[in-house]
Amino acid sequence: MDFSSFFSRKAPSTKDTAKDRLKLVLIHDRANCSTQVLEMLKTDIIKVISNYMDIDEDELDMQITQTSSEDSNKTVPVLYANIPIKSIRKLQK
Amino acid sequence: MNEVIVITSGKGGVGKTTTSANIGTSLAMDGHSVVLVDADIGLRNLDVIMGLENRIVYDIIDVIEGNCRLKQALIKDKQYPNLFLLPAAQTRDKDAISPDQMQKLCNSLRNDFEYIIIDCPAGIEQGFKNAIAGADKAIVVTTPEVSAVRDADRIIGLLEAHDLRNPKLILNRVRVDMVKRGDMMSIEDVTEILAIDIIGVVPDDESIVISSNCGEPAVKDEKSRAGQAFRNISKRICGEDISFINLEENATFFNKIKKMFK
Repeated sequence: MDFSSFFSRKAPSTKDTAKDRLKLVLIHDRANCSTQVLEMLKTDIIKVISNYMDIDEDELDMQITQTSSEDSNKTVPVLYANIPIKSIRKLQK
Repeated sequence: MNEVIVITSGKGGVGKTTTSANIGTSLAMDGHSVVLVDADIGLRNLDVIMGLENRIVYDIIDVIEGNCRLKQALIKDKQYPNLFLLPAAQTRDKDAISPDQMQKLCNSLRNDFEYIIIDCPAGIEQGFKNAIAGADKAIVVTTPEVSAVRDADRIIGLLEAHDLRNPKLILNRVRVDMVKRGDMMSIEDVTEILAIDIIGVVPDDESIVISSNCGEPAVKDEKSRAGQAFRNISKRICGEDISFINLEENATFFNKIKKMFK
C-alpha cells in the first residue's frame, strides 16, 4: 500500500474524469457528427423502421458512444440505438 | 537534408513560441544552421522570447511583398551566428500572405539553412494554413489538460488532411506531483488518447518564465530542467536516440523519505 494514500481518503482521481470526458468529446469531434446530424439520422431511421413496425418514438434513444473492440483492447466508437417496438403488426400485413 | 518543421498546437498558450525558440536555439548550439520563422502575423512574439525585438527592421511581409531581400529581413542571434529569426509583421493580419507564398519562402530558406522552424499561430484558420503550407514535418505541442488535448487531436486530423503525416507530440508543462496524485493526465494517458509518437516531455518549470523575462531561451541555462528537456528534443529531431529524462530527478529530501515507505 502507498504510504501517502494510507492517510488520505481514496477519492476517484480527477485525471480519470478528464480522460473519460476527453474520450467522449473526441468521439464526437472525430466522427464530425454534431447533435444536429444525429437528429437528422434519428428522423431518417424512424421513417425507415416505421415502414415495417410501430415504434415508440418518444422512448427512442440514440447516441454515439464507445465500446471495447472485439479483436484488441482498444475502445472503438459505436452508434448505439435503443428502439422500443410498440407492435409488430405491420409486419404481418 | 534540410528540413522545414512547423510547431503547432491549435489551442493558444500551451507553449508553441517557447518551444520554437528553445528547439531552434538548441539546434544552433549543436552547430546546425537554423532559421526561426514567426508565422503569427499580427501577434508577433518570437522576437521578444529570443530577445531580438530591438533589431527588427524588415519582416516576413516585407520579404513576401518584395520590399526587401530575404537576407535583409533575417536577424542574426545575439550569441549564435548560425541562428536567425525571420520576424512576423505586427501591423498586418493573417490574410496578408497565402499558403503558396509561404511555400516559396520556405523553399528559398531551405537553400541556406539545415533547419527551418516555423512558429504557427493558434487556431485552425488562415494563419494555420499558411504556417503548415511549406512544412515537411510537424510537431504538436499540448499540455495535459482536457481543452489542450482536444485541440491537439483536431490539429492532428487537419495536419494529416494536409498530407503532414506522423506528427510528433511534445507534452508541455507536466507536473509530476499532480500526476502522482492522479490529478493530472500522465504521458501514457495523453499518448493513448492522441495515438501519436511522443518526441518530448517538458516539466512545468519556473525557469521558462524567468528566461522569457530576459529574452534568453531556457536551453542556454545548464541548470534549467525544461531547458534540458528541450535540448533532448532537439537531439531527437536530429535522429539521436535520447532516453526521456526522469522528471523526478530533483526529488526533495521529504519525497525521498516518502519513497522509502512505498
